[in-house]
Parts: sequence; structure tokens; C-alpha cells
Amino acid sequence: MTIKEQQDQIVEDFELFDDWMDKYEYIIQLGKELPLIDEKFKTDENLIKGCQSKVWLHADFKDGKLHFTANSDALITKGLVSMVIQVLSGQTPKDIADANIYFIDEIGLQSHLSPTRSNGLLSMLKQIKLYAVAYQAKSLQQ
Amino acid sequence: MSGNSTISTARKLDIERLRSEFPILQTTVYGKPLVYLDNAATTQKPASVIKVMNDYYTEYNSNIHRGVHYLSQKATAEYEIVRKKVQNFINAKHLHEVIFTRGTTESINLVASCFGRKFLKEGDSVMITAMEHHSNIVPWQMACEEHGAKLKVIPINDKGELLMDEFEQLLDETVKLISVTYVSNTLGTVNPVKKIIEAAHKQGVAVLVDAAQAIQHIPVDVQELDADFVAFSGHKMYGPTGVGILYGKEEWLNQMPPYQGGGDMIKTVTFEKTTYNDLPLKFEAGTPSIAEGMGLGAAIDYMEHLGVHNIAEAEGQLFSYAIDALQEIDEIRFIGEATERAASISFLVGKAHPFDVGEILDKYGIAVRTGHHCTEPIMNFFGIPGTVRASLSFYNTTEEIDKLVTAVKKAVTMLS
Repeated sequence: MTIKEQQDQIVEDFELFDDWMDKYEYIIQLGKELPLIDEKFKTDENLIKGCQSKVWLHADFKDGKLHFTANSDALITKGLVSMVIQVLSGQTPKDIADANIYFIDEIGLQSHLSPTRSNGLLSMLKQIKLYAVAYQAKSLQQ
Repeated sequence: MSGNSTISTARKLDIERLRSEFPILQTTVYGKPLVYLDNAATTQKPASVIKVMNDYYTEYNSNIHRGVHYLSQKATAEYEIVRKKVQNFINAKHLHEVIFTRGTTESINLVASCFGRKFLKEGDSVMITAMEHHSNIVPWQMACEEHGAKLKVIPINDKGELLMDEFEQLLDETVKLISVTYVSNTLGTVNPVKKIIEAAHKQGVAVLVDAAQAIQHIPVDVQELDADFVAFSGHKMYGPTGVGILYGKEEWLNQMPPYQGGGDMIKTVTFEKTTYNDLPLKFEAGTPSIAEGMGLGAAIDYMEHLGVHNIAEAEGQLFSYAIDALQEIDEIRFIGEATERAASISFLVGKAHPFDVGEILDKYGIAVRTGHHCTEPIMNFFGIPGTVRASLSFYNTTEEIDKLVTAVKKAVTMLS
């Protein structure tokens, strides 16, 4: 699926829930599906700043595509990370760098998350885009 | 009341009626009645405080201490009445020992800066405790760095109580000042500040009491404590933000250099030499937060009307109720179990991250604080990322505590 298709899928999934508690439960459930980062990559360099909870993110470049693994010490955060990774993992650096991320706004997460949490989410997206730009530059050199 | 230390028989407060005096307590969040349990961060304001501030801006807004005109004289008189109210409230010996600041943080910074410049030199030390708020750590680190002094820290035990034996060991001739919180914002511990002051004074050491979390819960009598400095904020005692108090004994304040330069703190200014004003204006450079000062006055009136002893009594009962009720939750772990505690209850449940718990409680309309509460050293001591903190005020009810317990249980189910 493309990044757009992945986002539309999430937006559609969230439309099934009326109640925000159900949405939270779904987010927590998604956290359990997160491709977990290898313990050896849980280093300070892979720690994303700007979160009240900790998030570690690792990127692997394989066959021209970026694959992300991550983890967090908080479950809601883990669920949010899981959604972002579902959308962006397995895509090319160029597609990731150019991606317009709209699903967070569309499912109304921004207004429901505490500001520290949504700031954390934004710094994670920024970090992923930085990886993408870096790998894009690297692949252009090759 | 007026900071009088004689224990009166507590009068039972009519909580339902008192709640109706706080407009914000009538509001809903996410369609649910607000349950406000973040009082250690800031308390809500009664209508009388809001009205006084509004009256000032509508009826006699003007700058104080300098105008010849009617409005300025009225504003000055009202503002100075507040100073008098503060003096009575904390039982200060002299009116000029009451300094208006922006809040506790500024009060502590003022002492760290001015006491430091006058009295700290290389080889000296300043003593704090392991449970201080960052505002009572960082200003002292800065002062110590500037003057080549050392920072000593009184350690705590697993219950969150000061190790008084260690304190006595640390109290040597290098110590020039001890700065200690009266009540811990994270652990709720009520520290034996009177004992600390007595021990310190035997060696001529000054003591600053951070009363930011005490002034709204327990009677504070500066003369009975014999504290050299006491700092607190208006907004944690039902008053507005932007105004706080530094109480200092006259003999210290007179010896200390001014904090900031500017209007109000001067007597005469020439390019060659400026002479400074007398206390208290010497430490009050610039136009103060006037409306907020008026609000603080109204907040003190409000607290005195209720009676600080009555507030303490009501909060003590609610605190015990809350501890018992929370204890029912499986795998709850209290962070801070001191014998003497007030108002703040920090806890963790099972493996649930405090941030997650707080976010779910929020959706039930329950306001708690999560995180390190500006006390990172405490979190490091307990080896935890943060806590969930419920902090009480007299206006909270047992029904609200029950809602908290139910919501925490629900959050734990969701997060397991």
C-alpha cells in the first residue's frame, strides 16, 4: 500500500469508534503490533526528544526501502508510534520525505492528545523524515 | 487566625456551598464534571478573588507609589493594605519584612542572589534536601558556582523522609544557609522545619523555608518557626499567578544588597551614585503585579474567613479517605509514605506509565499531574520515570476521590 492508502485505512478504522475511550483502546491495541526495536538499538542516539515518555526509533535500509522498528515505555505512545510506522515503514526514502501526513488531523488525534504527547508525535515524524532525507542523499551519491 | 499558633477547635466547612464560590468548579470537560486534583500545581480561584482584580482594572487602575492623583493614591493604599494582610497572615514582626515578588521561584532566586553576593565565599556551603523542587535547587547551584561554594544535600529514606542524623552530620561550619521545603510537592512529606531551624540557629546558620506547598494547607507562623526567610506563591493559595511573597528577617534583608535595579528601589539617582530605598521597596524594583497583589489580598481574606485550621482539618480527613480508597487498587505503589504528609499523593500502578494513566484520567474529566513534577532527583532516587500525582484542596469531595479510584482502575484495565 502507498503512504496515502495506509493513512486512509487508519482514518477508516477510526471511524468505527464513536467514543474516545474506544479509540484509546484501539491505539493501545495497535501498540502491541509495533515492530519492536532490537534491544541493542535502544541507545541514547536512537532516543527521540520531546516526549514525556521515551521513544526509541531505528531505521533499516533494505532493497531501496526504509524499515522502522521502535519501542516506548508508555503504551499510548507505543500505539501512536505503531500507527506512524504502519504508514511510513517499507516505503522509499523519497516517498517518505515527500509524504503529506494528514491522518493524525483527520482522526482528530491532535485535539485529543495532550500537547506534550502531540509534540512528541511531531518530533517522531520529524525524525523519520530526517532519516528519509539522509538515505535519499546517500542513495543519490551511490 | 492570623498565623496565631493556638489550636482552635476546627469548624466543619460546608464544602458544597464553598464549591459554588469557585466558578471553574462548575464547568465540565469532555462533557464530564471537572474533577480538579492538580491543586499542588495551582489552586482554583474563588469569585471574590476574581472580582477584586476586575474591580481594580475597572475602578482604580493606576501606578502605585508615585502618583499624586486620586487613583494612584487609592491603588497604593489598597496595595499596601495587602502587605499588611500578609504580615498578619504569617505573623511577621515588621511590615517591611514582607517583600512582594512574582512568586516562590523569584523569592528563592532573590535570596540566592543577594544573600550569596553578601555572605557566600569560596569554601562555604549551602544545604538543601533531596526532595526539593528544581526552583529550590538550581538558584543555589548558580549561587554556589558563582561564589565557589559547595551544595550539600540532606538525603531521604524510602518513605520520603529526611534523614535527620545525616543532616546533623552535614551541618558543619562551612554551611551558611539551609534552604528546605516545608511540604514536598511530589511526596507530600511535611518536613520538621522547626527542628532544622533550631539546629541551624545554634550555629548561626540562616534558614529559608520554601512554603509554596504549605501556606495553603497549614498555618505558617514565621515568628514561631523563627525562619529567616519564607517564600510562597499567591496562585497556590487561591490567589492569582504573578505574585508571591518573600518574608525575610529585617536583620538579613538590611544587610543584603538589592536584587534588581530600577524604579521604586531607589532613594536618589545620579550618574555618579545611587542610594537605595529602605525595606521593603529596596527589593521591589519596577512596577509590580498590582491587580495580582489585590487578588492575593482577597485570597488571604478568603482563607482567613474559612480559617486555616479548618482548611487543614478538612484536607486531613480527605487525605486519609483518599489514601484508604486508593489502597483498594491492585498493584498500587505510593511514592512517598512519610508519617507526616499533606495534600499531595504520588503513585504508580503496576507497570502502567504515569503519562498513559494521566491521559486516560483526563478523558474522564479528572485533572491530575503526571511526570517528574520538577523534582527529577526524587525520580532518580526511586528509579522511576515519573508519578501520577493527585493533589487535594479543601474543596475536593469524597465523591471526587471515588471517581478517581474508578477511573484509575479503568485505566489500569485498558493499559494491561
